[in-house]
Amino acid sequence: MTLRFSRTTFAAMAALAIGFGPAIAEPVDDELVVNEELTITTKAAAAPHLDGHMSEVYSGWLFRTDETRAMQMDDFDNPMFIYVERGAEAWTTAEGTEGKACADCHGALEEGMKGVRAAMPKVNAAGALWSMEDYINDCRTNRMGAEALKWNSNEMKDMTSAISLQSRGMPVNVAIDGPAAEFWERGKEIYYTRFGQLEMSCASCHEENYGNNIRADHLSQGQTNGFPLYRLKDGAAVSIHQRFVGCVRDTRAETFAAGSQEFRELELYVASRGMGLDIEGVAVRP
Amino acid sequence: MKRHVVLATAVIFAAGAAFAETAPTEVTFEEGAVAQSLTGVPGNPEEGAKVAATRPLGNCVACHEISALSADFQGNVGPSLNGAADRWEEAQLRGIVIDAKHTFEGTVMPGMYKTGPFIRPGDAYTGKAAPADLPPILTAQQVEDVVAFLMTLKE
Ligand code: HEC
Ligand code: HEC
Repeated sequence: MTLRFSRTTFAAMAALAIGFGPAIAEPVDDELVVNEELTITTKAAAAPHLDGHMSEVYSGWLFRTDETRAMQMDDFDNPMFIYVERGAEAWTTAEGTEGKACADCHGALEEGMKGVRAAMPKVNAAGALWSMEDYINDCRTNRMGAEALKWNSNEMKDMTSAISLQSRGMPVNVAIDGPAAEFWERGKEIYYTRFGQLEMSCASCHEENYGNNIRADHLSQGQTNGFPLYRLKDGAAVSIHQRFVGCVRDTRAETFAAGSQEFRELELYVASRGMGLDIEGVAVRP
Repeated sequence: MKRHVVLATAVIFAAGAAFAETAPTEVTFEEGAVAQSLTGVPGNPEEGAKVAATRPLGNCVACHEISALSADFQGNVGPSLNGAADRWEEAQLRGIVIDAKHTFEGTVMPGMYKTGPFIRPGDAYTGKAAPADLPPILTAQQVEDVVAFLMTLKE
């Protein structure tokens, strides 16, 4: 007997010999309708660049329990709306030496910020890849004369939440070609790199094992369309990069910092894996 | 009298030398299996059961169902380990626990007695860089204990 199996051979063997293989449990069959009026696409055919990796993409919402899913179906039950409300207020509040508010340049939040979240992160005029946090801080420091907000501060999450909500129900729409291509390629490389003492990549959990359980956690595809989102376990909003930090740390690796070039590139690549899904603009997760 | 002491010391010394622990970098795999005990001290299955159920240690239940353990939320990323001893020899199980990648190419199962090379190794679950002398996840004796525990998993 030779001991070196490929994973698929092994799975087939295990299924034959002992009656079960690693089960790919399906995400739930449910539809996300918010406030009984807005239907959000949580399941879609995978984008062509995922050929050979995945055929369908699913929002993390489909992997959660009935109770957690329900919290996202009504804005009154969604704890993220505390952040959204504070962010909407900050939108019209003048700050900094120029005495300007966001609204003075961008107009109403609902119009000025429509679709912005769906296209993030994106390459700026100077050719750098920026996340929404970078754009917010650029306005604050260069146009308002205000201080930059810390990446994971409540004030930053207030603003990213209020802006993300304006793309709710719009499909993820990141550019991955042209000037974005090199960033996307590097993000993809990070996604498949097996980091840390546990030698696990993002794909180890979110591509090869979504639907399975790792201890108490039901693994999703690790999509970012729901961010920023409320994490019940933390009792607080969580940013995309904050989630990346946690996932990399859990491989017993030295993480990258929130806001780092690496995480912006990873953010672009992971966002592109969610093409076809709608922005949930402030989701709820366990 | 004096001769006796010398002799006794010699015996202890010899025993120590014969059963010197195998370092993670010195383990030799044969088709994924590791025939020799890492310590020469028989594994304790009860200790092994604890290692298998405890998060910062083996945490085998994160990915495997093991009905003999009462740990909640046993995962299913890997196959159930019930009856593992019916399917594998001791040497094969030792190899799988030390570094399963020698048995299952590309597996997500982490090497439990391995010190590198790793990409961006961290200091346990702190997210900080690992110290230069990063210890393996399990000690040599913990590996032997887990193997002894796995050998009790018969159906
Ligand atoms: C050791 C397993 C593991 C690895 C490796 C891992 N994750 Fe995760 N990740 C989880 C778990 C557990 C959760 C929470 C449950 C879920 O949604 O899958 C999660 C959640 C997420 C989420 C939130 C999804 C949502 O809808 O709430 C994102 C985004 C994510 N991961 C991205 C990544 C990226 C990017 C990487 C690689 C840098 C990565 N993960 C590596 C285990 C892992
Ligand atoms: C992160 C997931 C993970 C962890 C943690 C893990 N394993 Fe595994 N293990 C696997 C996977 C996946 C396989 C199947 C091989 C494959 O297809 O890659 C496997 C295979 C095995 C097998 C052979 C399967 C059989 O019974 O036929 C044994 C034995 C085993 N693991 C023991 C352990 C022990 C003991 C521990 C803890 C010290 C452990 N594993 C921790 C994922 C894991």
